[in-house]
Amino acid sequence: MAKITLDKLRHSYLPAPTSPADYALKEIDLSWRDSGAYALLGPSGCGKSTLLNIISGLLTPSDGKVLFDGQDVTTLPPDQRNIAQVFQFPVIYDTMSVYDNLAFPLRNRGVDEARVDARVREIAAMLELEDRLSTRASNLTPDNKQKISMGRGLVRDDVNVIMFDEPLTVIDPELKWKLRSKLKELHQKIAVTMIYVTHDQTEALTFADQVVVMQDGEIVQIGTPVELFERPHHTFVGHFIGSPGMNILPCDVDGGRASCLGQASELEGAISRVGGRTEIGNPPEFVRLADTGIPAFVRKSADLGRHTVIEAVAGDTAINAIVDGNAPERGAEVKLAFDPRQTRLYADSWIATEEAAQ
Amino acid sequence: MKTENQRAWFFVLPVLVLVAFNALVPLMTVVNYSVQETFGNNQFFWAGLRWFEEILRSERFHAALGRQLLFTFTILIIEVPLGIAIALAMPRKGPWVSVCLVLMALPLLIPWNVVGAMWNIFTLPDIGLLGWVLNNGVGIDYNMTTSPVAAWITIIVMDVWHWTSLVVLLCYAGLVAIPDAYYQAAKIDGASNWAVFRYIQLPKMKTVLTIAVLLRFMDSFNIYTEPFTLTGGGPGNSTTLLSIDLVKIALGQFDLGPAAAMSLIYFAITLAVSWIFYTVMTKDDP
Repeated sequence: MAKITLDKLRHSYLPAPTSPADYALKEIDLSWRDSGAYALLGPSGCGKSTLLNIISGLLTPSDGKVLFDGQDVTTLPPDQRNIAQVFQFPVIYDTMSVYDNLAFPLRNRGVDEARVDARVREIAAMLELEDRLSTRASNLTPDNKQKISMGRGLVRDDVNVIMFDEPLTVIDPELKWKLRSKLKELHQKIAVTMIYVTHDQTEALTFADQVVVMQDGEIVQIGTPVELFERPHHTFVGHFIGSPGMNILPCDVDGGRASCLGQASELEGAISRVGGRTEIGNPPEFVRLADTGIPAFVRKSADLGRHTVIEAVAGDTAINAIVDGNAPERGAEVKLAFDPRQTRLYADSWIATEEAAQ
Repeated sequence: MKTENQRAWFFVLPVLVLVAFNALVPLMTVVNYSVQETFGNNQFFWAGLRWFEEILRSERFHAALGRQLLFTFTILIIEVPLGIAIALAMPRKGPWVSVCLVLMALPLLIPWNVVGAMWNIFTLPDIGLLGWVLNNGVGIDYNMTTSPVAAWITIIVMDVWHWTSLVVLLCYAGLVAIPDAYYQAAKIDGASNWAVFRYIQLPKMKTVLTIAVLLRFMDSFNIYTEPFTLTGGGPGNSTTLLSIDLVKIALGQFDLGPAAAMSLIYFAITLAVSWIFYTVMTKDDP
């Protein structure tokens, strides 16, 4: 178990990178405390798997250092880093029984058989696999195979960190939910640092204490699920988290005031800076139908049971709103008002308002 | 209820006709010969199972079968491990992959009688490159027309040269199909190279390896052209394998009845061994 520090980490798959665009990972500085649950969240190709492989030692970074408890492990191979990794597709040793699969990492390290037996039985019980220990692993269902992959990580009690690389991709939706809560439960039982890579916001937000959102090889925000949802630091975070994502509307800034679609917009706080491109962001949960506001007509309306998501169009800009109770019909004329406490200015995609005093 | 569409028969019919003409009809002719005696002149007399009994008791058949089994067993023992080793050593990525694949495929592209002729000339003691070097350069008395041992070594080396590539290519196909995650997981689990081979590569190659062994068994057990061109079954009868002996009986001595009975026994052995091997290898498969 260890604290993980990434120090000015950069990686390029090209032999001689020149421009920042050549880097799959652009300078990353990060520190993860011991036995926390972390998620790396971002769309495919954002560099999260690259980052994961650097931490596990399958990849050596072009620049920068990886430290476990302050010790430089950048050049160490995976087996000397004491880490475990669970891959997207379950990796099992086909010819071995479930028991031998779980025992494999320990036997490779020369642990004595009595200890192996104790550990394997303990982990199998946690994963609810104890009645299948003698089954051939290749005869199991995908979710049980993935449990074995996890088990091979958990069975070693000296691991610094267990990493999950989109581990639920091949699992059926209903079992996904089960396996995810199992994982959360395991993390509470075994205090070990866990890093979970996913492009699924629900997985990230339910699993992790802290989520790292990545885009184009860069970290755009690190925060608790609540922080990410309530105050996205980047339009990408707002757009990516929430369903539907944050409304992002082009706006003009003049003399410290923002105006959007011809109407003055009240913001959460004072404007801290202005950039080339200015936008305001507001989550659909905080758009209200009011008597005054931005005039729009309803283009789409989706009743999700507890609430209705409407897509309204003002000029040629689409704005989503989540409405409780009676929702307007399609084609209805409405006026939209934004909650000022949840309305922020973004300059060149990064947040540009000061946080409102609580 | 299931609806039955009789039209399907029309699609199967051409294949049925084709199989009938190139396999079933000739096979039935052989069955027909195997239970009759002929003295030419298109006159046939019923012989019952006499030829089968004769062949099964014949020492000549036992000897040829023994040589055949020895040959097949020897080339399998060499070609399978060698094929796996070469496949493991081949690069999985980069420009050398295609070079290696083409080099490996080359022996397979050469017609069988040419392979026999090539090795025949190659090993001639007076003008063949290998034969001359062994006799005059190294000083070994090597002449496969006089020494049975030399003849055996030559046909085995020739077969290994000709057919190991098949095992290599099949194994290679099995190896490249293993996702990287397996190797990465094994690395993280601290597995040794031997463990990676034993628990990842070998199980993943099992299916293709089964096919490779099956193909090499059937081909080598029925081999005719190459050893016939190379040694003609000699010196003496030392390299007279089953197929060579069969042709001698059928076309040399024109004993159609015994030859037909021998063909059927030969066919039954090939079929039985292939079936047993395949059943044993696939019994654990889901």
